[in-house]
Amino acid sequence: MASILLVDDSASMREMVSFTLKGAGHDVSEAEDGVEALEFAKKTAVDLVVTDVNMPNMDGITLTAELRKLDSYKFNPILILTTETGSVRKEQGKVAGATGWIEKPFDPDHLLGTINRVL
Amino acid sequence: MDSEINIDLSQFHDVFFEECSEGMEIMESGLLNLTKDSGSEVINTIFRAAHSIKGGGGTFGFFEISDFTHGMETILDEMRNAKLSVTPEVVELLLAALDCLRDMVQCSKDKQPIDQESVSELHQRLEDFISNSAAPATPAAAEKSSPVSEVNEQDAVTIWNIAFYPNENMFYTGNDPFRLIRELHGLGDLEVTVNHERLPAFSNMDAQSCYLGWDMVLRGNVSKGQITEIFEWVEDDCELEITRQDEVIEAAIESRETRAIDESKVGRRRTDKMATSGQELASIRVGINKVDGLVNLVGELVITQSILSRLCNDLGMDNNEKLSECLDQLERNTRDLQEQTMGIRMLPIDFAFQRLPRIVHDLSLSLGKKVELKFSGETTELDKTVLEKIGDPLMHLVRNALDHGIEAPDVRVAAGKNEKGLISINAYHRGGNIIIEISDDGAGLNLEKILNKAREKDLVDKNEELNEAQVSNLIFSPGFSTAAVVSDVSGRGVGMDVVRRNMTDLGGTVEVVSKPGKGSLFTIRLPLTVAILEGQMISVGDQVFIIPLLSIVESLQINANQIKAVANESELYPYRDEYISVIRLRELFNIPAEKKDESSPGMLVVIDLGGRRIGLYVDDVIGQQQVVIKSLEQNYQQVPGIAGATVLGDGAVALILDVLGLAQYSRL
Repeated sequence: MASILLVDDSASMREMVSFTLKGAGHDVSEAEDGVEALEFAKKTAVDLVVTDVNMPNMDGITLTAELRKLDSYKFNPILILTTETGSVRKEQGKVAGATGWIEKPFDPDHLLGTINRVL
Repeated sequence: MDSEINIDLSQFHDVFFEECSEGMEIMESGLLNLTKDSGSEVINTIFRAAHSIKGGGGTFGFFEISDFTHGMETILDEMRNAKLSVTPEVVELLLAALDCLRDMVQCSKDKQPIDQESVSELHQRLEDFISNSAAPATPAAAEKSSPVSEVNEQDAVTIWNIAFYPNENMFYTGNDPFRLIRELHGLGDLEVTVNHERLPAFSNMDAQSCYLGWDMVLRGNVSKGQITEIFEWVEDDCELEITRQDEVIEAAIESRETRAIDESKVGRRRTDKMATSGQELASIRVGINKVDGLVNLVGELVITQSILSRLCNDLGMDNNEKLSECLDQLERNTRDLQEQTMGIRMLPIDFAFQRLPRIVHDLSLSLGKKVELKFSGETTELDKTVLEKIGDPLMHLVRNALDHGIEAPDVRVAAGKNEKGLISINAYHRGGNIIIEISDDGAGLNLEKILNKAREKDLVDKNEELNEAQVSNLIFSPGFSTAAVVSDVSGRGVGMDVVRRNMTDLGGTVEVVSKPGKGSLFTIRLPLTVAILEGQMISVGDQVFIIPLLSIVESLQINANQIKAVANESELYPYRDEYISVIRLRELFNIPAEKKDESSPGMLVVIDLGGRRIGLYVDDVIGQQQVVIKSLEQNYQQVPGIAGATVLGDGAVALILDVLGLAQYSRL
């Protein structure tokens, strides 16, 4: 049981990921974009952040960099959901301080397997 | 890893499809606004929408959708990175692709096969475009290497030597060697040796840096892929060596100081900082049938409440203070509940506007006209049912304005107007109704042509004198079409009368005013909701009927003998400066006549049928009341001239009149 902040602008993805994580017993908070997520993170610390990359207002890479500036998020795992297989995004994510990535599309099993690696 | 969990992804399909529709609307309006000079945010927005559809398509198993969207996304990405410039050609291509995508989504939603031909044609066009644009295309959707599946075929135990020496800054990405070791431990038998050679003197130690290294031996039926997957995220942040020990030698590690790893010691206790406050959801999606069920129940409740109040009055219990206080409270709560419930069904009107920019774009291209489309009051809310039904009429009115109203650019310039025409749509609330105005600055209606046409089609008598408003509104008559050549654009003469019919079905009206050379203004008036009606109660004999308040011009007391019969059996009443046809409800509904003096006064309710007026002759006008509409079709069958029924405060059922239907039924 971990607290997880899920950030994605797509409602269906949020619903699917959140359903899966909650099914595994986790406590899931949701945000629609980086700005909302950062707002939330400033008030509440979570065990894991799972964020999409392409989002309005603030993208996932920027969010990662911003989160790393917060004391309470210095070492927390941050996973990036990405469709891009190319290493550019992953590299950008790493530079910003992301722990790892999950490639889209993924199925619920793969998702749970992956997040368990950082919990 | 974990035991398989079975999650049925189809439960997310509805949300996904809904999201696709929203995404496609965003793409469409973005593409329509996209020019060379529009900022990067416009392209970004379109890109994100395409990206989300692609991602969702892949996740939820609609691979055709995600493949197809990938092509669009690639082009958008090139434009986003300024490798591809925005040209009308690429916008048109993307719009065409969007149409195709819309069909694909619809087919997937309906579980119908996708039209492969048009899909592959557009797919090809997208691909061609990508390969023709100078920049190299990004590789097609992930050939995902899945290391997990490369499990060692033989059941043999393999021994791996793993040397893992993280960089000092490893913690800063949220990675933790302990977790990685824990994962390895899950794969098989693991022996771990700590190497602390790099550990500095205590005074120089930074608690946030990683100084340790590990040499490990892993025994088990494990493939190299499984191990590299665990280190996937840190391979650039460490020195990692994974080598296979081919000979199974038990003593290979004896010289080293070994220590079996104890999971419970390694797994650092996580502070249990459960987020006590899960973030509040901004909205939830609920099936419309649930909402409708709620609306119905609230309707019943309103009726029961009014019966209760009435009973209390009738039984003389209203001087019991406590009881009347309670009933007053109940009435207030019921009313609030009703308002709130109706509010759930309310949506901003711009849902109905979304299709219009595209239509104007396409149509003005094919007609060679220049038009600007302007909206105001997009956030005005109205009932979802009403909203769904005004889409087509709105579209028709806009098409009509563009086809018949706005002139060709040269004609406009010659008339001293801006060569670009203007169609504006404005929506606002007024007294329980929503008003939608569609205006254009075109040529206006050609009244002479309309009148001639109407006479030709026997819609108007040869000698009948009509004022301007009456002539203008002839365009709503069934079977009327002024287009000399039936065009694809404004339909086939089934246009305006269908618009009017739709509006009347919703309990609203539509009318037009026009100034030659200046333009036309169509005004639609609709009730905010279809579930509740502001009604005027009228009585005939012992029967009570409800007339939609919106359609009533005025009610006047007249004597029956003021109604004049004319030759063709219809009856007329001199109302102001015109003669209006009269329907006697008593006769129409065969209500037995009471012994009543013919000359005793009755009431004439003057009804507006959109420019045309008729009178309903009734016994009395009782009062106004909000009534909950119950469908006759659902409970009985459709009856001409009757829009529905309602239950009154005393429990009696009253029929709600469909005034336009009545007029047609009586051949007026």
